[in-house]
Formats: sequence, C-alpha cells, structure tokens
Amino acid sequence: MKKILCILLAVVMVIGLLAGCGSSAPATSSATAYKLGGTGPLTGVAAIYGNAVKNAAEIAVEEINAMGGLQFDLRFEDDTHDAEKAVNAYNTLKDWGMQISLGSVTSKPCEATSAETYADRIFALTPSASSVAVVSGKDNQFQMCFTDPSQGSLSAEFIADRGLASKVAVIWKNDDVYSKGIYETFVAAASEMGLEVVSDTTFADGNDKDFSVQIADAQSNGAELVFLPMYYDAASLILTQASTAGYSPIWFGVDGMDGILTLEGFDTSLAEGVMLLTPFNADSEDEKTAAFVKKYQEKFGEIPNQFAADAYDCVYAYKKALEAAGANPSMSAQELNDLMIKTFPTMSFDGVTGIGMTWSSDGTVSKRPMANVIQNGTYVLLS
Amino acid sequence: MKKLWKNKTTRKSFVTYAFVVLAYVILQSIAAGGGMKSSLKGMLVPICAYVVMAISLNLVVGISGELSLGHAGFMSVGAFTGVTAAIALQNAIPNAPLRLVVAMVVGAVFAGIVGFLIGIPVLRLKGDYLAIVTLAFGEIIKSIFNNLYVGMDGKGLHISLLEDKTHLMEDGRLIIAGPMGIGGIQKIATFTAGFILILVCLFVIFNLVNSRSGRAIMAIRDNRIAAESVGISVTKYKMMAFVISAAMAGAAGTLFALNYSTVVANKFDFNTSILVLVFVVFGGLGNMLGSIIAAAVLTVLPEALRGFATYRMLIYAIVLVLVMLATNSPRLKALLARLVPGRKEEGTDG
Repeated sequence: MKKILCILLAVVMVIGLLAGCGSSAPATSSATAYKLGGTGPLTGVAAIYGNAVKNAAEIAVEEINAMGGLQFDLRFEDDTHDAEKAVNAYNTLKDWGMQISLGSVTSKPCEATSAETYADRIFALTPSASSVAVVSGKDNQFQMCFTDPSQGSLSAEFIADRGLASKVAVIWKNDDVYSKGIYETFVAAASEMGLEVVSDTTFADGNDKDFSVQIADAQSNGAELVFLPMYYDAASLILTQASTAGYSPIWFGVDGMDGILTLEGFDTSLAEGVMLLTPFNADSEDEKTAAFVKKYQEKFGEIPNQFAADAYDCVYAYKKALEAAGANPSMSAQELNDLMIKTFPTMSFDGVTGIGMTWSSDGTVSKRPMANVIQNGTYVLLS
Repeated sequence: MKKLWKNKTTRKSFVTYAFVVLAYVILQSIAAGGGMKSSLKGMLVPICAYVVMAISLNLVVGISGELSLGHAGFMSVGAFTGVTAAIALQNAIPNAPLRLVVAMVVGAVFAGIVGFLIGIPVLRLKGDYLAIVTLAFGEIIKSIFNNLYVGMDGKGLHISLLEDKTHLMEDGRLIIAGPMGIGGIQKIATFTAGFILILVCLFVIFNLVNSRSGRAIMAIRDNRIAAESVGISVTKYKMMAFVISAAMAGAAGTLFALNYSTVVANKFDFNTSILVLVFVVFGGLGNMLGSIIAAAVLTVLPEALRGFATYRMLIYAIVLVLVMLATNSPRLKALLARLVPGRKEEGTDG
C-alpha cells in the first residue's frame, strides 16, 4: 500500500513538473497573434464574475480570430479574488509573454495588478474593476465599466430627475468596497439633488441573512424608495423579507443587481418593478447584443451578465484600437503600451454595453447608463 | 567547534541557518543572472513572510504546545500598523530600507502588545478552548480593521471607528479606509529584508528554546502539573512564547503588506490562519527547518500547478494528502535513516 502511495506521489509530482514546463513552452510561438491576458476569480466566492468574463472574452476572441486579420491569443488565470494570488497570476502571464492585459475582474485584486502593469509598462483595460484606485495616477490603466462613485451619483440624479421619490432609504454593505463606494457618492449627490435620506442602515459579511431591522427602519421612516447598492444575492433576501413584512417601496439597484432574475430559488415575481441602472441589457433588441447573448447561451447555457458584456466589449475595443494604431503582434508590450495610451482617448467605440463610448486620458470611460425596470420577468428599458 | 557540532540541538540549528543562507544565495544569484521567472520572483517576499509566520506559529504550537487558530490576526495587526507607519513616515524617512525596518519594528511591537492583551484571558484556557478563543480573536481583529479609519494630515493622525469621522484637512490622506483597507502602498519590501527577518526570528527562537525559559516552556508543554510543582510560573512562560510569536507574525505581516500596493483586512481571515497551521503541521511540530521548507513549498505549489487550470486546487489537495501520508510512512523514514547517516538517532525523538 505504502509503495503504491509513493509511486502515485512520484507520478503526481512528475506530472506537476511537466505541466509547469508545458505551460511555459509555447511562449516562443507565433508572433502573429497578440497575447492577451487577464486574471479573475474562477474559483471561490466571486467565481461567477471571473467565469463570466473569461467565457465572454473567449467568445470575442473566437469571433475575431475567425474573421481572419487581427488575431488574439487569450490566456485567463485564476486569482480567487485575492490581491496576492492576482499578482502571482499576473506574473505567470508575464512569463507567458503577455503583451496587452485585461487587468483583473474584481476591484481589490485589480488595484494590486494595476500597480504591477503600471510598473512593467503593460497596457491594461479592465472589464469590471470599478474602484477609482484602479486607474488613478496610472496612465496605462483603463476601465470598460463605470467607476463605483459615478454609479452612485448617476443613480441619485436619475431618481431626482424622474421625481421617483423624495424620501429615500439606503441599505448597504459596510465591509464591501463596491457597496461603500457607491453609497458615499449616492448620499452626497442625493443631498445636492434635494433628496432626503431618511434611513441609512448597513450589514456586513456573516450578518447578511436577516434584514428585518433594516427593512423596518426604512418602513417606519416612510421611505418611498430604497436604494440597494449591493450584489444580487443580498438584494434577493431583502426583497423576499420586505415582501413578508408587507413593505413595497420602489426598489432601486445598480449593476450588481444584474443577475437577480437568474438566481436559483428566487421567486422572480418579487423583483417585479425593481429598477436598476446597468449599462447592459441582455434582452435588448440591438443586433450585436442579441447575437452575443445567443452565442453565449449556446456555449455556456446561461444568460450573460454585465461582466460578460464588458469583457466582450474589451476585446473588441482592443481590436479597434490596435487596428487604428497600426500595431502589429511582433511589437513588445512596452511599444503597444505607448500606442494604446495614445489611441484609447482618441477613439469612440460602439459595443454591447453602450454606443459612442469614449475614454478620458485618466482611464475612465464615459457611456450612458441605461435604466431598466423589471417587468414580467425581463428587463424593460426605461426611456 | 567540534564540541558544538556534537551537540544535537546546536547542529540542528546550524543546519537550519545554513539551509536558509544557502537558499538565499542560490535564489539571489539566479535572480541576478536574469534566469528567474517573474512568477517565482514575485513570490519571494510572500514566501519569506509565510516562512516567518510558520516558524512563529511553530513556537506556539510546537514548542509551547498550545493550538492557536488566530495567527493571521497578528499578521493583520502587523500589516496595518506597519504600513500605516511606513506611509506616515514617508517624508520623515526617505530611505526605503530604513523605513521598512522601522515599519516592521512598529508592526512587531503592536502585534506583540495585542498578543499580550489577548494572552491575558486566552492563556488561562487549555486545549480545545484555547483554540476556539484564539479563532474568535482572529475574527475580532478582522472586524476591527474592517471598521477602522485612520487618516493623517498636518495635525497628525486621526482615528475613528465605524464611519469616517477623521475630517482631514485638504492635504490629508486617509490611510486605512475601513473595508477598503489601505491603498496606494509604496512597495518597499525586498527579498533581502525577508531573508534577514527569517534569520533574526530563527536566532530568537533557537536561543529561546535552548535557554532556561525555553526549557520551562517545554516542561509546561510536556507536563503542566509537574512543571507547576517545581515552581514554574505557567502563565508567565506561556505568555512569553505567545507574545514573541505574535510579534514575529506582526513583522511578517508588515513585510507581506509592503510587498503589494493594497491590503484589506479580509485577507487575514480564518483561512490564512489555517494555511499557516498547515505549514507547521506539514513541516513537523517543533521542527523549524520543516516549517521553512513546508511554507516555501506550499506557497509555490499552487502556482506551479497552474498548468492544470480548473483542476489546480484539487490536485493541490491531493498532493497535500499524499505528502502527509508519505512523510508519516515508517518505511520512508527507515529509508531516509539509511540514506542519511546520523539521522537514525533523531528518529526516536520524533
């Protein structure tokens, strides 16, 4: 028995060694394709986002490579939503010979890898890392998504402009960067816009199952609208518990709410009338979007979320920028970096998450958010 | 010298020092030659930090015999206080290596103080109870840093809990921003600093273990009642091991955090504590060289297995199980004893 174990162990070790060599061997392969790399959580709590980005990027790369012309070689590494692992994954990609980067999927890991890509002069366009720290002070870091603060102020503006409510409540997650970033600008913009925040309650990791206190507080203070800057898993519980408590204000979410309709075990009728600000609508009639959604569904059996759409756009934006800059795949990462820094702020890009997107030289994107309301189990655009 | 060499414990410590120095020299020369992959290069500092974490936890678990499940909490204290010091002193001490040393000392001192405070209630407990309480303290430290705001401006440091009430002046900078942790850290941690920290920690541990206090600590581990009966103060010696271990973990935390541009409290959770405990158990309780090797190997392994893509963590777990079984096999131990003369005599003390 022991002998078998030892032999097995030796075999596993040898395979490990070989695998290590195997992955680095093709580094010298063709200089006909751009080496595009990215990191994201493919395992762990945030795996849903990383996999969405990876899948969508694969679809885009396949499509572009099938067109002939410009070619991409995509490699996506797991970072388990951890800054340390993200830097490790980034270094692995660097060894592979990555020329342009998709940064990291989630904010904190991306903050860590963006410091590395900045130092190494490798251009990065992140699909979904939305915190300001990702791009601030770094000339070669660009975003495809809105920054968190802009989501908060855009939501407040939207609510005030439409006159949806004058008394609002906010429930937010105080140990989450994403939630806090949106909350802070929402509250600041709300007071400017004359909205009254009558209830402001929080929750945190490990304390995110029972929301009766927060809901009762919003209800007793007479909030007509409840703003939920959080991901859909917590939001689904709030909707369920509020319905049990007989409280039915207007619910308003941001892009993290996207995905609530596909959540297993959630009664989607509770989400009727929920408004959310998101740049991507999978039910859009737009030709490009419909084709992307169809392909994604065929290949992975689910409806793509906003992260997937952003990743899909990232690859196409790269294609456009590389063609516009007259780059070629034999250029070094540093040369491509300089070209991309010059090209991105000058171009306008149409994708599935918006038409006429532009980037400012600080790396933030400007595109119009679309406000959707959930009706009969699908998103309907609020025009 | 010959006499020293005959002493088993002295020989063991010299072998450990030699191993660390040799590993450092080899790795540095590969790096200088440009032959090192960036993935390994990027892991050098975290490996040093984990090695220090492992040997410091080994002092508590292996030497003092108390199961602590909250070691990442001390790493967290060291990381946050050390980085805060490094940022606050950015202008006062422009010299990066000096600032790193000051930051690590600050991290170690704060972690030591926290270790002392936690030790007062915790060390009155035994066995399983102690394990659970240390686990709880690790979580408490995590939630404190998730809700702590520290800013600095011309008037000095401002601290507030739960919400940002620091009211900084215009030139101020929010250093610790609650759940967002610390961002924009200047990466001043170096492999050489990590190497020196390992040597210092080994020096402290080996000298402690071979001292009067060290023997008292081990006597308490082996038989508490007997130790008490000869007049050894149980709380004092346990506390000594616990505080030294916490301080080392704090320095490791500072080193670790200063190697990345950002750090969040959630990084130092229960999983990290268990990971360090795995290093210790893997390398053998009380065996410092084992801890060093285990920490290095188990940090590199998941990265080396990236070729397996989706099956990576599964294979990591399988390798872990197999190595545990293999290293505990009597047949393999016998084989090792035959290959390495002089090892046999050590086999008996486990």
